[in-house]
Amino acid sequence: MKTLTPGAPVRPAPAKTAPRGGGRAGLPWGPMARLTGRRLLAAVPVLAAVTFGLFALAAASPFDPVKQYAGDAALRADQATLDQLRENLGADAHFAEQWWRWLSSALGGDLGHSTTLRQPVAQVVTERIGWSVLLCAVAFVLAVVVGTLLGVTAARRPGGLLDRCVTSTAYVLQAAPPFWLGLLAVWLFALQLGVLPAGGLTDTGSDTVTAASLLRHLTLPAAVLALSQTPWFVLYVRQGVSDALHEDPVRGARSRGLKERTVLYGHALRSGLLPVLTLMGSRVPELITGALLVETVFSWPGIASATVRAATASDFPLLAALTVLATLAVLLGNLLADLLYGLADPRVALEEM
Amino acid sequence: MTARRIRTVAAAAVAALVGAAGCSAPADGGSGSEDTSYVVGIANEPDTLSPLLGYGKDGNSKIFDGLLRHDTDLDLQPALATELPEVGEDGLTYTYTLREGVTFSDGKPFTADDVVFTYETILDEGTNNPARGELDALESVRAEDDHTVVFRLKYPYAAFAERTVLPIASRAVAGEQDVNTGAYNTEPVGTGPYVLTSWSRGEKLSFRANPDYWGGAPEVEKLTMAVIGDDDVRATRLRSGDLDAAVLPPNLAKTFEDEDGKTVVSAASADFRGVTLPTGHEVTGDRAVRRALDIAVNRQAMVDNILDGAGQAAYGPVPTGSPWFAEGTERKHDPDVAREILDDAGWKPGSDGTRAKDGLKAAFTLWYPAGDRLRQEHALAFAGDAKEIGIDVTVESGTWEVIEPAMKRDAVLAGGGNPADPDFDLYTLLHSELAGDGFHNMARYDNPAVDEKLREGRESGDHDTRKAAYDAVQRELQQNPGYVFLTHIDHVYVMSDGWTNVTTQVEPHDHGLGAGPWWNIEDWQREK
Repeated sequence: MKTLTPGAPVRPAPAKTAPRGGGRAGLPWGPMARLTGRRLLAAVPVLAAVTFGLFALAAASPFDPVKQYAGDAALRADQATLDQLRENLGADAHFAEQWWRWLSSALGGDLGHSTTLRQPVAQVVTERIGWSVLLCAVAFVLAVVVGTLLGVTAARRPGGLLDRCVTSTAYVLQAAPPFWLGLLAVWLFALQLGVLPAGGLTDTGSDTVTAASLLRHLTLPAAVLALSQTPWFVLYVRQGVSDALHEDPVRGARSRGLKERTVLYGHALRSGLLPVLTLMGSRVPELITGALLVETVFSWPGIASATVRAATASDFPLLAALTVLATLAVLLGNLLADLLYGLADPRVALEEM
Repeated sequence: MTARRIRTVAAAAVAALVGAAGCSAPADGGSGSEDTSYVVGIANEPDTLSPLLGYGKDGNSKIFDGLLRHDTDLDLQPALATELPEVGEDGLTYTYTLREGVTFSDGKPFTADDVVFTYETILDEGTNNPARGELDALESVRAEDDHTVVFRLKYPYAAFAERTVLPIASRAVAGEQDVNTGAYNTEPVGTGPYVLTSWSRGEKLSFRANPDYWGGAPEVEKLTMAVIGDDDVRATRLRSGDLDAAVLPPNLAKTFEDEDGKTVVSAASADFRGVTLPTGHEVTGDRAVRRALDIAVNRQAMVDNILDGAGQAAYGPVPTGSPWFAEGTERKHDPDVAREILDDAGWKPGSDGTRAKDGLKAAFTLWYPAGDRLRQEHALAFAGDAKEIGIDVTVESGTWEVIEPAMKRDAVLAGGGNPADPDFDLYTLLHSELAGDGFHNMARYDNPAVDEKLREGRESGDHDTRKAAYDAVQRELQQNPGYVFLTHIDHVYVMSDGWTNVTTQVEPHDHGLGAGPWWNIEDWQREK
C-alpha cells in the first residue's frame, strides 16, 4: 500500500486510524461504518431542504398543473370543469402545504401518483430504474476503460502528436453537450447510415426484449453517454500517469531494468490512477445529468427521461421522488469518493470527514 | 485496499452486470407474421387509456366500443347497442337496447351495468375528466334491465346520440379502482377489436387483435402505434420500412408520392384555424372592422402557401364540404370592398397607413401559442392581410398560461372543430351564455339572434328545422363575424398499399389514435 502512494513520506499512521494498523489484511470497518452513519444522518436535512426547494421552484414555474394534466382537452373545457379539476388535483394549495402533504405520505410509504404517466410513482421507479442503471453502468465502464487506455497512451509522450490529438479531442468533447452528441449520433448512424436504431428499447414491430435487439438499441445511447464522460477520465489519467512517470518508484523500476510496458502499466498507471479512482464518486452528478439528456434523445424508457417529463409537466409527486433518488445517488457518490480517498491516502483520517 | 482489489471489484461488478442484462432479456417468442402486422407512426400519445378520463370520447378507440359508432360518412351506426336509440316524445329520454353475448377482453360479460357505471363515473365531480362538459345535457342514466339503458336529459338535446360513441369501460375492473389513479389508465380492459399488450410511454403502444370480437376477429392481428414526435424522423423511419404508415405534414408527405407501394392519403377535417375578435375590445368589437377583416383575408392563399394546398378555405366552424354548411356564405377575398366598409364607418387612413376613428387607432394584438408553427404562419398571414386595409395587428406568442388572461381583449389564433354535429362547435363558440367560460366562446361573441337560433338547433329533433337554424346562424356570422375563420386543415397520411377497405372519415381537431386511414383498421382485409 505504502509503495503505491507516490511522494507520501513513510510515517506511522495517526492514532485515530489505528484500526488500519492491521495493514493489508483488514479494512478500517469501524471508521468506515461511522462515516457512513454520519453521512446518513446528514442526508436527512439535505433531502428535506432539496425537496422543499423543489416544491418552491415548481410553484414559481409559469406552468399551470391543470392545463398540463388535461392537455389539449383543457383548451376545449368550460370554467366549471377546469375549476373542479384544479380542486381535485389540489393545485391551489400553497407549495409548503403541498410539500408537507407529500412528505408525510412519502414517509408513510406512499410516494403518490404520477399525473403525467398515470401510474403510481413507486411503479414508475421500479419499472424504469433497471434500464437506467444498465445504461449508466455500461456507459461508465466504457468511459473508464477507454479513458484509461487513451490517457495512458497520451501520457507516454507528453506533447507528442498522439497526446496533442487525444487532449484536444477531449477538450472539444468536454465542451459538447450530450444531447447534441446524441442528435448527431442519431442523424449519422440511424438516419444517414441506417445501421443502428434511433431510439427505444425494442424494434418498432416487436415487444419482446431479446439480448441481440437490446444490444443494438443500447449501443448508441451508451456510446454517447460514455463519450460525454470520457474526456474527464482521459485528462485525469493522462495527468496522473505523466506525473507518476517522473517519480521515484518509476525511476526505481526503470533502473531495475523492467520492461517499459511493465513500468507503464504496473507502476505509473497504478499510482497515477489512484487519485482518479477516489474522485470517481464525484462524477455521479455529471452522469445523472448526461443520462437525463441521453435518455430523452433516445426515448430510453429509464428514470431520467421520466424526470424530464415530470419536470416539464409540473408532475410534483414523480419529480419529488426522482429528485430524492438523484440526491441520494449524489450523496452516495460523495460518500464512496470519501471512503476511497481515505483508504487510498493514509494521511486522511475518515473520522475527520 | 489496493489497486488490485479495486480492479477485482470492478471486474466483478461488470461481470454481474453483463450477467444480469443477459438474464433479463427473455428470448423472442416469435412476433406476428409480417402479413398481419401493421406499424403506424403517430405524433402524440394519449394521456390516459381510460374512457372515464376522456380517452376515445369521439370514437374509434380500438380497445373499446361505444353504444354507437360513426361510419365512413360520419353517420351513426349501432355498436354495443343493437339499433339507434329510441328518443322520447319530449326529446328528454334516449333508450338503448344493448347487444347480448358481448364480453370484455377479460371474459366478463358486458351489461347495462357497465354503461351506467361509465356515464355515472364521468359525471361524478371527483373524476378528473376534462371533457365532462360534453355531457352537460345528461341528467341521469339507469339500467332498465340487463340489456336496456335509459338516458334522461336536463333539456332536449338533439345532438345527444352523437355523444354516445363514448367508449364503455368495464365496471368489474375499473369499478374496483380509484378512477383517477387506478391501473385502468394504463391497463385498459374493453370490448373492442384490439387488446392493449404493452404501452411503453413515449415510445409505442402495442395491440393484438381480439379473437373473440363481437364484430369478427380483425385481419390485422398485431397493431403498433409508434410515438415519434419529430416529423423528419417519422418520415425517415417510414422510408426505411420501420413503419408501415405515418401521419406527416403535407410537404413531407409529397416526397412519398412517387414511391412504389406507398399511398398518400388526405383526410378532410373540421379542424379549423381562426382568429377571435373579442367583443370587449373597441377595435375588434366594431362590426365594420370585423366585416372588413372577414373579407380582407386571402383564405385561398393561406391554403396554398401555408398548407401546401392540403386544406379548404373556412367561413365558419362548419366545413364547406359538410351537409350542414350554409350555401352562399362563402366570402370572396375583396380588400377594396373591405376598405370601403372601413371608410364608410369612419375609420380614416392615418399618415402611417393605419386607420383611426375619433382618435382610436385601428390596432390590436393577436396571440398564438408558442411553438405552434402552423398557427404562427396563419397569424402572420392574417396580420399581413389586415395591414393591406390599414389595420395594424401585432402578432405575439406565448404559452396558454400567458394567453388565457389576455383573451378578453386580445385576439387569439384559435383552433378546434368536431364534424359530428354543428351544435358542438357553433354553440360553444358563439352562444353568449358561454362567453369567456373557460375556453368556450373566447371572443365573447354576443348576438341574441344567434343565441336564439342556436337554442332552436339544439332542441329541435327535426332535421330540417335544425338545418334552417344553423343556416341562419352561419348567415348571421357573415353579417357580424365574431371570429375570422381562415382554413380547415386536411390531415395527411402516408401508408403502404396492400389492404382493402381503407377509407377516411372527416376528422376532428383532436386526432388521437382513432383518426387517420386506420380509424377502421379492424375492418381491413389483405388485398388478394
